[in-house]
Amino acid sequence: MSMETVFPTFLTVLLAIPVVGFLVIILTPRTQENFIKWTAVFFTLVTFVVSLALLSAPYQSSSELFFAGAIPWIPTAGISYALGVDGLSLWLVLLTTLLGPIVVISSWTAVEERVKEYYAFLVLLETAMLGVFLAQDMFLFYVFWEFTLVPMYFLIGIWGGSNRQYASIKFFLYTKAGSILMLLAILFLGIKGGTFLLPDLIGMDLGIGTNAARWLFLGFAIAFAIKVPIWPLHSWLPDAHVEAPTAGSVILAGVLLKMGTYGFVRFNIPLFPEASQFFAPAIAVLAVIGIIYGAWVSFAQTDVKKLVAYSSVSHLGFVMLGLFALNEIGIQGAILQMVNHGLSTGALFLMVGMIYERRHTRDMAQFGGIWQVMPVYSALMLIVTLSSMGLPGLNGFVGEFTILMGAFNSSAFGFQLAGIPGSVLLTALSTLGVIGAAIYLLTMFQKVFLGPVTVEANRSLKDISARELVSLLPLLVLIFWIGIFPSPFFNVMTASVQALVHALPAMAVLP
Amino acid sequence: MELPTLASFNLAAALPMLIVAGWAIVVLTADLFIPSGHKHWTAWLSLVGLVGAGVVLGIQFAASGQQPLIAFNGMFVADGFALFLQAVFLFSAFVSILLAVNYLSRRGIERGEYYTLLLFTTTGMMLMSAAADMIVVFLALELLSIPLYVLSGLAKPDIRSEEAAMKYFLLGAFASGFFVYGIALIYGGTGTTALTGILGALAGDAPNMTFAVIGLGLVLVGLGFKVAAAPFHMWTPDVYQGAPTPVTAFMSVGAKAGGFAALLRVLITAFPSISAEWGTIIAVLALLTMILGNFIAVSQTDIKRMLAYSSIAHAGYILVAVAAAQFADVAPFAASAAAFYLFTYALTNLGAFAVIIAIEHNDGSGTAITDFSGLAHSRPLMAAAMLLFMLSLTGLPPSAGMVGKFFVFQAALMGASRDPLLLAVVIVGVLTSVVSAFYYIRVVIMMYMREGKGHAAPQPALLAALAITTIGTFAIGIIPAPIFQIAQKALLALSS
Repeated sequence: MSMETVFPTFLTVLLAIPVVGFLVIILTPRTQENFIKWTAVFFTLVTFVVSLALLSAPYQSSSELFFAGAIPWIPTAGISYALGVDGLSLWLVLLTTLLGPIVVISSWTAVEERVKEYYAFLVLLETAMLGVFLAQDMFLFYVFWEFTLVPMYFLIGIWGGSNRQYASIKFFLYTKAGSILMLLAILFLGIKGGTFLLPDLIGMDLGIGTNAARWLFLGFAIAFAIKVPIWPLHSWLPDAHVEAPTAGSVILAGVLLKMGTYGFVRFNIPLFPEASQFFAPAIAVLAVIGIIYGAWVSFAQTDVKKLVAYSSVSHLGFVMLGLFALNEIGIQGAILQMVNHGLSTGALFLMVGMIYERRHTRDMAQFGGIWQVMPVYSALMLIVTLSSMGLPGLNGFVGEFTILMGAFNSSAFGFQLAGIPGSVLLTALSTLGVIGAAIYLLTMFQKVFLGPVTVEANRSLKDISARELVSLLPLLVLIFWIGIFPSPFFNVMTASVQALVHALPAMAVLP
Repeated sequence: MELPTLASFNLAAALPMLIVAGWAIVVLTADLFIPSGHKHWTAWLSLVGLVGAGVVLGIQFAASGQQPLIAFNGMFVADGFALFLQAVFLFSAFVSILLAVNYLSRRGIERGEYYTLLLFTTTGMMLMSAAADMIVVFLALELLSIPLYVLSGLAKPDIRSEEAAMKYFLLGAFASGFFVYGIALIYGGTGTTALTGILGALAGDAPNMTFAVIGLGLVLVGLGFKVAAAPFHMWTPDVYQGAPTPVTAFMSVGAKAGGFAALLRVLITAFPSISAEWGTIIAVLALLTMILGNFIAVSQTDIKRMLAYSSIAHAGYILVAVAAAQFADVAPFAASAAAFYLFTYALTNLGAFAVIIAIEHNDGSGTAITDFSGLAHSRPLMAAAMLLFMLSLTGLPPSAGMVGKFFVFQAALMGASRDPLLLAVVIVGVLTSVVSAFYYIRVVIMMYMREGKGHAAPQPALLAALAITTIGTFAIGIIPAPIFQIAQKALLALSS
């Protein structure tokens, strides 16, 4: 599959809209705070609306790249400016553009210092993230991947909590260390293949041998694993999440972590099918450890935000398990779960931010009986909590169930323990994570929202405001929509996932 | 033997360099009549000469095609490689003059000699890039170095400046000694000092290989000193810190590019027959240089010292490309990657020094990293420019430095399957660049996350230098192809 030599106009426009917003913001005097905020809303909204046009392509019937195009960028080095969107990336692109205006609106009153720089970085970050999901050239992907670091670093480092500098540097260095190994793998592939164009490289016989392919797999995998994060590379995540401002946490959870899981789908599995199968059992085991570990540690948290942060480790473990089940249903579930996690955890972080803005604490001991004071907020929080828990009827259930089905039927985990096939064992263990999620989330809900009001300061809390509701509503709608009627979401990715799975060499079926 | 005539020298090939040399004398003379307090006239006059040389260079480049211009009976080869680097030198000198105009008067060291000496050292660098004979390389090396020794001490009676000049001179003279002895041994081994002659002699019957190899080793010591490669880097931090900042800026890019120009030409054109040997030596030097430079930079508190160690580290990255040039098929790409890297480094580092000059106090203090506190608040544009330069030095997008690093590592990986040492060099290279992120980011932290006392506005000439370097660093980060293609075209001539 090769790409047409045309300029990818539509996707370039999509990438450029936030950049224009960025330029308008930095050219505005810093005292014009309202204008800056409205500019940010306007440009992120326009990006979202324009991105809806992506839905028009026939993803159901074809695994090809749509709105695609590639033009030479550094021709002598085989590097192109290539963009495209397919069933694997569509939902992540839309998730990114959806979260754009939401995080801007959620920051309205939360950010009071250096407003201009804040919104400038926020809109710039959107372009970088979209670029990651749209890039079809490895070099271009790397450029966008690295560039997401810069605005995010500032968002955590300037507008974060008390320990922000430590957290931001840790975030920066972890990601940089991972991506630099990916750079080597990219360079090596580019040299061997004579091109950096991803669709050209997929399926190309590079003549590099099994061992080299496995090393290259690891080069990509470590970069992505840090981003996901896969246990035991997760230690930057709680720091970054807790210290980041609300918008930063939402973007981290909603989009940046997905860049890691997306990387596995876009690069590791199609480029190195043999190595993917070779490493699948190991990755699945790490994923299951992450699922259980994340749930366990979440349970021990007293800070609500930290609890949500660790729950991400657990949830992303499910995504990784689904991906490396290496069958259609597992990968579809994993991609849907990426979106689900973005919606549910994004909403959780938003709501934690709302209460933090009111009380300037996230310590569960400082709350209790909030339902009596803020009934609307609490009811919405319940929905979001249940969604994150995987309650049937809401989005999380669909994703987790599909993933578990995929894992159970997988022939990729080729090991046995005491006569039990790996697939059965891992699936059984990961259901512990589902139970764990119910325990830690409901405990949290009980401590914060139920019972009598124990702290005086909580009596005067105002319920959710119209602005806050606006920022939350789209997420809630999608939480129900995916939960009740998920098939449109699956249909779009079926063709691409099928193509991905069919390209894998046939796997030995376990007895 | 026929006596050479003036026409046989083919001076036209060396015209840009001759213009700079001649103009240096014009400026020297004119400066006598320019009253003190108006020395910026000298600066503008010097700029005219540089622009003139640049125009001639451009015409030469456009006209020469793939054909190298040869002068002085083959001792001077103005091929694409030389022309590309000469452009880098002219550009660096141009920016360094802009950096100095206001700075010199501010610090009370407004001396017209700055400009004359700068033009002379630029001449030396230009000669270095085109030198096709070891004797000419040595001549160029001295012409490059001696004005720089003087420039380092320009801020006398500032004791640090004097120390810098003394240290640079003593160690530089020592390195020159190594270099000359190396030439002597190479001559002893091959019977010639011409690069093509050495190539032929090494391929012919009965060269004295021991002499040639030891001689090359000594030459490497001399050039390693100039490019600030470990373990010949000891002078760098003190000299960079003590010298007047515009001199440091010029030295860090110009002298380094000059050294690498000679290194690449000598190794690729004269010694391909022992490329495995020098490939290994250079790879080890690259390893040492990257590790040492990056790790020591972490603990620096003075920005000039930090950039000195950073400059050592960058010498290491360029050495990676030089090491890759040991394979004949990789050499053209590796050399163009190195040349491109030198250009991006020049852009970025000159820009970073422009910001340092802007915030430096009149007494030469104010160069601690903490002096950057609050720059984003008091001078947001300058802070944004510095952020871009720090990103570029780290190798992050959207910046020229990122593309430069990419090409250097690409070149090295092209040869890595044949030389495991090269693979190790690349892996250490990327890992140390993560270390480098740590110290560059400290400047960013100061600028964006600390309160400061406010900073003075940059003066007009400085602002011009900042604008040029910022736009250049950004633009090449986004659209690197045109410049890289020039660099690539340039390098074909060198290796064929």
